[in-house]
Amino acid sequence: MVDVVSPAASAPPALRVEELVYDYPDGRRALDSVDLEIGQGERVALLGPNGAGKTTLALHLNGILTPSSGVVEVGGEAVSNESLARVRQAVGLVFQDPDDQLFMPTVAQDVAFGPLNFGVPEGEIPDRVHRALAAVGMADAADSYPGHLSFGQRRRVAIATVLSCEPSVLVLDEPTSNLDPAARRDLAEVLDSLDVTVLMVTHDLPFAWQLCPRSVILDAGRIRADAATPEVLADSALLAQHRLELPFGFDPGPRTQ
Amino acid sequence: MEGLYLAGDSRIHRLPAQVKVVAALFFVLVVVTTPRERVLAFAGYAVLVAAVAALAAIPPLRMLRRMMIEVPFVVFAVLLPVFGLGERVTVLGGVSLSVEGLWAAWNILAKATLGVAVAVILGATTRPQDVVGGLARLRLPALLVQITGFMVRYVDVVVDEATRMRTAMAARGFTARHLNAWPAVARSLGTLFVRTYERGERVHVAMLSRGYDGSAKAWSLGTSPAGPTVWATGLALPAAALAVAGAAWWSTW
Repeated sequence: MVDVVSPAASAPPALRVEELVYDYPDGRRALDSVDLEIGQGERVALLGPNGAGKTTLALHLNGILTPSSGVVEVGGEAVSNESLARVRQAVGLVFQDPDDQLFMPTVAQDVAFGPLNFGVPEGEIPDRVHRALAAVGMADAADSYPGHLSFGQRRRVAIATVLSCEPSVLVLDEPTSNLDPAARRDLAEVLDSLDVTVLMVTHDLPFAWQLCPRSVILDAGRIRADAATPEVLADSALLAQHRLELPFGFDPGPRTQ
Repeated sequence: MEGLYLAGDSRIHRLPAQVKVVAALFFVLVVVTTPRERVLAFAGYAVLVAAVAALAAIPPLRMLRRMMIEVPFVVFAVLLPVFGLGERVTVLGGVSLSVEGLWAAWNILAKATLGVAVAVILGATTRPQDVVGGLARLRLPALLVQITGFMVRYVDVVVDEATRMRTAMAARGFTARHLNAWPAVARSLGTLFVRTYERGERVHVAMLSRGYDGSAKAWSLGTSPAGPTVWATGLALPAAALAVAGAAWWSTW
């Protein structure tokens, strides 16, 4: 089942990946001719088993990794050395471990880190920091030391560190890993409230179901499926083929909000 | 880093970190350069330190407990009078001690204790993250500010990781009592190093993703410059110490 959902025709897509090939330094092929187009304002889940190349793909989207061949475009602009700063501002990557993402001694400094590097005038920084933290419900934590926050709070602050750069695309790597159910629900509410294009790398199929109308399956470096999420999740043969599983008792019935 | 800081709202707490760091540094400089024979000057310094500790509302017992950290570093000072050479005096009916050794021990003990006391006060009244901000304000080279900042941020993370590894080993019956446990301990230290190194790489990628270009702008965020009055308040301690040193110099104490 390879069924490409055609994106909106007018504006340039938020993200466009064409025939992307990437070989690891040791020669193993990580990504094998990946094509992916994500329209402005879309929310897409990137599903796949461990080692499928999901994180490797994410690292291409803001130019951390350079393709062996192929094209990556952000908002119609190709990722290159000249466009690197703009691309990194436009594509906000949120890493899986918030302790990797939050490297500054205080939360406010961490949220300000991106905007300061991207040349936002210092006078605007406090406002940016406040808005980003407020958007994830962590405005009171500005002066905190990240180590004193709960895991769920750190995950939300990690998202704020990227929101403060005012990206047009948010790329989240396993946003629900290690979250307890309440923190997971908080995160869903935060993500649902954001007005931004989202690509979410995840194994958490119900979470993808809840937030992303469209799902893409990546396995062994190739896109294996690209369709509406309910359709993907209802195809148990497809899921099984790519080591994806719905939790016990989960029924992909009609989508309810 | 946890545990040293004592939340409070004293005048010392409210001083900007950069002022406290400079004041502590100057105070230590004055103490270290005071000749060891000026015994009363050291008494004067001790009074000053005690006054600042009182002003910062640090309970004396807590102060003393924190200062115990110097003990392993000064034990050898106790041995100097016993093994020292030169002229000797007999004390306590029969114990022969070297005069030069006694002076050397006094010198180390007095100066180390005052230095540690001032560091304990700095730590008790300043959060580690504010010290980093203060260092950035003092225009410490960007790389040093960042290294200090990462240490403050990650020391807990690494300690947690080490604790989990130790728990995991203990849960499988490992005890480090015998010499033959050393290979296992060494291996776990190696693992810890590799994990920390890998985390460093992931952090670097996260920094690049947000446009890191080597500058340390963000590290001074949330700190404020100190005006002349604030600097004068903070530097009152080293100034008073200098006055004590001067008085000791001119008198024949």
